[in-house]
Amino acid sequence: MEAALGLMRRMPPKHTETALSALLSLLPRHSSDLLSQVDQPLQVLCDIDGGKEFILCEYNRDADSYRSPWSSKYHPPLEDGTQPSPELRKLEIEANEIFAIYRDQYYEGGISSVYMWEDDNEGFVACFLIKKDGSKTAHGRRGYLEEGAWDAIHVIEVGPEEDGTAHYCLTSTVMLSLTTDDESSGTFSLSGSIRRQMNMDLSVAEGHLCNMGRMIEEMESKMRNSLDQVYFGKTKEMVCTLRPPAEITQMRMPES
Amino acid sequence: MAEEDAPEVELSGEQKKEIAKWFLLHSPGGEIQYVAKDVRSVLDDDGAYGEAASEAFPAYNKAQMICLDMPRGMGEVLITSFGELEENQFLDPRTAQVGIVDHVKQVCTDARPATDEELPSPYIEEFRCALDAEVLKYVGEAYPKGVCSVYSTKGKDVEGPGSDFELAVVIQAARNSPQNFCTGSWRSVWNIEFKDDIQILELRGKMQVGAHYFEEGNVQLDTKHECKDSTIFQSPEDCAISIASIIRHHETEYLGSLEV
Repeated sequence: MEAALGLMRRMPPKHTETALSALLSLLPRHSSDLLSQVDQPLQVLCDIDGGKEFILCEYNRDADSYRSPWSSKYHPPLEDGTQPSPELRKLEIEANEIFAIYRDQYYEGGISSVYMWEDDNEGFVACFLIKKDGSKTAHGRRGYLEEGAWDAIHVIEVGPEEDGTAHYCLTSTVMLSLTTDDESSGTFSLSGSIRRQMNMDLSVAEGHLCNMGRMIEEMESKMRNSLDQVYFGKTKEMVCTLRPPAEITQMRMPES
Repeated sequence: MAEEDAPEVELSGEQKKEIAKWFLLHSPGGEIQYVAKDVRSVLDDDGAYGEAASEAFPAYNKAQMICLDMPRGMGEVLITSFGELEENQFLDPRTAQVGIVDHVKQVCTDARPATDEELPSPYIEEFRCALDAEVLKYVGEAYPKGVCSVYSTKGKDVEGPGSDFELAVVIQAARNSPQNFCTGSWRSVWNIEFKDDIQILELRGKMQVGAHYFEEGNVQLDTKHECKDSTIFQSPEDCAISIASIIRHHETEYLGSLEV
């Protein structure tokens, strides 16, 4: 299993799906572990009732059907599909509305979905997902990218309330993929994923959504900076190590 | 999740081999040995792994243009399709030696002098050698850990003026720092057509840069660029200087555009 995860860290992120299905066919007994630990680009379905799209993931799946956050119905239809409790469903609906506003403000487009379900410890788990296609042909307002995708998955485990506070554990994964193709610099393709965690104990006075929203906002901000440093910073550093820019070589010449 | 219902389909040896090969071929530069270890463990079938490795490693080594040390301090040999004489024998034009290579272990096990048939004619060798010297100078200045080679790819037996011929310049630089979770590679291949009738040299360059950072995730850069240029056909030394400066110009320009 460790070897399988090791492979996933080395294979080109663009081929994540192929690599994962190869591993699933080699290790069928580890399929649930693999599916929950390996980040895959998010897929989308359209909710027939609302006409809105929703994101698919392990957390809204039951057998081969997926539950829409808008109508809470399974697509394709499923008898007795798992549903959250009515109170949790109310929270889920509110979360979806608020998250859609957040998404519009930060992402200028894209698709978002929130799913919640009860866990075994009297708490619950919420999963916030965002998918943005920034390519020229889709939502890309700035028009540079041939192909561009931002997929974010935030899973928050909320512990039971104790003395007016609750424990929140957030695990966030962002998958980013950029491809440009132009005359002067040829094809440029940068892609990958990063995962971070954050734990906090917060007062429930203003409600769970407020706390979760704040944590996600802070986390996304941090991750966006990390991404800048990691994606662009580290790779640029590597390219410069391979072949230092001209100014450095000019400086060396006078010595020799 | 109804795992118990999923049928346990046992993959055939052939299917396992193809999967193993796919993983090996898609390893980032400099990481194939790590990938090989993981693939072997996941595959759990040494027979299929062995077959996959024997097919994947030669292709990977040539695509990555790895550089191996020849025994007895005889120098280095680059593994490229230009220098391939037989599946495991690669020519190093600079030392006129042929390295015998174990692809899976990625080592050069032996070396022998090249035969006359394997080497270009003296006329061609003049051009090749002059260019090699200039490119070596350039690579020494521009790349902290670069290696290069110049091969005669077409018309290696041309005896004198009157015929066209081709040379290929290969430059490779790799940085592997697995402790820092970072690896990278630069590969450029320049094909130069010496057109005798119109006394022109036509150059076609292909540059490829890759980088992989995997500390808290998996981030990979993969870029490619092609360009063309031309210059006049002169004496071997003047051609060499001209070609090296064209290469230097284009590669520097490309690097500049990547920074943005």
